[in-house]
Amino acid sequence: MSRFSFAEFGNELYSGKRSYPFVGKRKLWFIIAGAAVLISLLIPVIKGGFNLGIDFRGGSEFTVSNVQDTNVAAGEEAVTGVVPEAIPRVTNIAPETMRIQTERLSDDQTLEVRDALIGAYGVTGEDVTSNFVGPTWGEDVSRQAIIGLIVFVVLAAALMAIYFRTWKMSVAAMAALFVVMVTSAGIYALSDFEVTPSAIIGFLTILSYSLYDTVVVFDKIRENTADQDVSVKRTFGEQVNLAVNQTLVRSINTSVVAVLPVAAILFIGAMLLGAGTLRDLSLALFVGIIIGTLTTVFVAAPMYAMLRMNEPEIRKQEKKVLHRRSLEAKGEESAVPA
Amino acid sequence: MAPSGPGSAAKRTLVWLGVVFALLALLLGGGSLWSNASWTPKLALDLEGGTQMILAPQVQGGSEEITPEQLDQAVEIIRQRVDGSGVAEAEISTQSGQNVIVALPGIPDPETRELIQASAQMEFRPVLFGGAGQAPAAETPTPEDQLPTPSAEPTGASDPNWITPELMQEFESTDCTSPEALEPAVEPAPADQPMVACEPNTMGKYILGPVEVKGTDIESADFGIATGQGGQSLNQWVVNIDFNDEGTEKFRAVTERLFAIGQGDPRNQFAIVLDGVIVSAPTTNAVIPDGRPQISGSFTEESAAALAEQLKYGALPISFEIQSEQQISATLGADQLRLGMIAGIIGLVLVAVYSLFQYRMLGLVTIASLVVAGGLTYLAICILGWTENYRLSLAGVAGLIVAIGQTADSFIVYFERIRDELRDGRGLVSAVENGWRRAKRTVLASKAMNLLAAVVLYFVAVGNVRGFAFTLGLTAIADLIVVFLFTHPMMRLLAMTRFFGEGHRWSGLDPSRLGVLPLYRGAGRVRHKPVEKPAVELRGRNKAAAGEAERRTTIAERRLAEQQKAAGRDKDAQQPETTNDHEAVAARGRGSQEGDNR
Repeated sequence: MSRFSFAEFGNELYSGKRSYPFVGKRKLWFIIAGAAVLISLLIPVIKGGFNLGIDFRGGSEFTVSNVQDTNVAAGEEAVTGVVPEAIPRVTNIAPETMRIQTERLSDDQTLEVRDALIGAYGVTGEDVTSNFVGPTWGEDVSRQAIIGLIVFVVLAAALMAIYFRTWKMSVAAMAALFVVMVTSAGIYALSDFEVTPSAIIGFLTILSYSLYDTVVVFDKIRENTADQDVSVKRTFGEQVNLAVNQTLVRSINTSVVAVLPVAAILFIGAMLLGAGTLRDLSLALFVGIIIGTLTTVFVAAPMYAMLRMNEPEIRKQEKKVLHRRSLEAKGEESAVPA
Repeated sequence: MAPSGPGSAAKRTLVWLGVVFALLALLLGGGSLWSNASWTPKLALDLEGGTQMILAPQVQGGSEEITPEQLDQAVEIIRQRVDGSGVAEAEISTQSGQNVIVALPGIPDPETRELIQASAQMEFRPVLFGGAGQAPAAETPTPEDQLPTPSAEPTGASDPNWITPELMQEFESTDCTSPEALEPAVEPAPADQPMVACEPNTMGKYILGPVEVKGTDIESADFGIATGQGGQSLNQWVVNIDFNDEGTEKFRAVTERLFAIGQGDPRNQFAIVLDGVIVSAPTTNAVIPDGRPQISGSFTEESAAALAEQLKYGALPISFEIQSEQQISATLGADQLRLGMIAGIIGLVLVAVYSLFQYRMLGLVTIASLVVAGGLTYLAICILGWTENYRLSLAGVAGLIVAIGQTADSFIVYFERIRDELRDGRGLVSAVENGWRRAKRTVLASKAMNLLAAVVLYFVAVGNVRGFAFTLGLTAIADLIVVFLFTHPMMRLLAMTRFFGEGHRWSGLDPSRLGVLPLYRGAGRVRHKPVEKPAVELRGRNKAAAGEAERRTTIAERRLAEQQKAAGRDKDAQQPETTNDHEAVAARGRGSQEGDNR
């Protein structure tokens, strides 16, 4: 066919004509995933941690919008003019937008710096936004995020185990989730994206997306392997692999559809608004959705197949399948005309 | 179109959706007519402009954790202070059981800021001068030479020598009928100095001596109906205070002295002062040696309860530390909202285009479903804004945009299932039904994950990202409603149309594109009589796969073969084909006509 057709692609995957060895080459995928996890764990160590936002450091922050002249020195002078000992960090975060971060200022100083910035950048009071974060705020955010993470993982694992009636699916899903979390964090550390409370919420949302994706694929796996004990057509691993292939078009479509709006926010947020809730949230989601889809097919499903392959029933069935195949291979030589 | 089972059921379901919509719209319409509901969502401060502070309450002089009850009291204290300071439309709420969020329009002045942070100071002071029902303000101030001058250093808390000419002038110029006089004090009066204070209920005006008992000495406070000597009900509401050991001792000394002064003298009274305002100024009827005084008077149940609550605050001097403060100008907020909406529209258009590309006309079903889901969510947000004072924040808008993709996910799961069923050789009507039966389970299970995450996020989220979790959860519910009450019935109805039923090449359900040529084509019409043909020929029509057609088969064929094998009569000569994964996929020449009859 001259033109690539998704429907055709789907047909071939569905029938098994076209098949990708998600389960067969699982060792390779696991090695890649393991390496990615390892690197992701090492990056923050080597780089000396994450680029923590002001919420974790504490301090005062001003955002000046509608700036004509993005001169960094003007912002620095505005701050040091009021608080001589301050060491302001002035960044041009988006077109026409400056961000000025300093250590904690008192209320009076905040108002004075505000006025100084209005003068320095020739804007009106409407264009200056200030933000103050206490030193313990970041701890609060982190603690809540960790509580949320634990509660969610425990509940989700229980829910999956009950729904699928096997803890092995939960374990496989959680393994994939772990890879998603660590590698997303690794990408954050590597790229020096700022870690803010919004980014953390984005991370937690990724977990939900990753599990959502895994549940859809696992549901198909369960369906395909429901009569595994009586079927002699495919081994368990092959059956799982077929299920993943059969849902591949769906996986691609859902992740594209999920990523498109996130990309829209990311584009608008990063290009036009600069740092803020929208950008931080969408950046984490953008990275996480892609990794989440990949881990479902390359980690979760093969992991589940591997966990069950050594069950006596599954092995017995596998022997039967292989035996039948060898019989057919022999029969074919004589029965099938060239 | 002849009325059929699934068709009329589908119409009934759509009617239910209409009912849900109508009810929500009526609720909101009624709310906007007879209450203060609005057809537009309420906006949070980051979109509307204003200041948001996140405060962590701290119990003074103790490191113990703050209970939810105490947190509620803290909110109440701040609410009274902010309302008292005349800031309109302030939003005060608790979050995560540990923080207080104060959202104010505009930028608060330093006084308001300090007021919000200050701890509630409750203290018991003896009355030196004044009483209930004082004239609002002295028309003519007492001439300077007639002002009382202290004759000596004051010796006790009740000593009139505390009253200096300056204090008397302050007393005379204070107008207890003006709202300003009843504002909570920003700077608490020094504990060892006298002060002028008002009592809002009676407009009473007093000069008070130094602090004698602190609010922290209160163990607890409650209210009830007074009982007489014989235990009979006196039909009178009273407030009971319970002091701790130190408070008991101090209060005994105070009541001993005040009681000795005698009834009728203002100095027989003591005042309970909270944030510089008198909450009660009872007279002393007896010496209270056991630390369990009872305040009686013309209490109603409400006023007794209110006083008991206030006394409890006294036991808990909470101050607040600003954890995070954000000031957003109104123009920036409007900018953010505008850009957020642009991002949403771009996201929606991208998803729509992709759906149309992937699913042809079925993409229209996705778009229609998204519109319905959007409508439901919009109504829900407006109604929640009205009833729960829910405000849409920028993070909430982000949640809505992210939800576009997550909502479209469930349609994709459904459509792919329908396609799978078509690939199995089913007709569209039964493919829609069977696909739904399977997709339903998957959608429910996977949406449960989304909902679980939204709920967990909502309860642990700090700051305004909570809005994100909220909209995420809200849209997950809307999505479920739409899939069940709109998308599925729409598919049932569409399956009966010629366009979809016959698998038009733009329908997205074109069987030949899906690798099958169904024998039975929906709506009770059999387009082609089932013809006994080898599968090879059927496959042969599929040009794209022509080369491999011989070796191809459908799932239906394999299933049939499996069933036969399981039944022990698998006689067909299988021809295994090895793929990358050693999968045997081939079956030959059988089962070409099972479509809907399986």
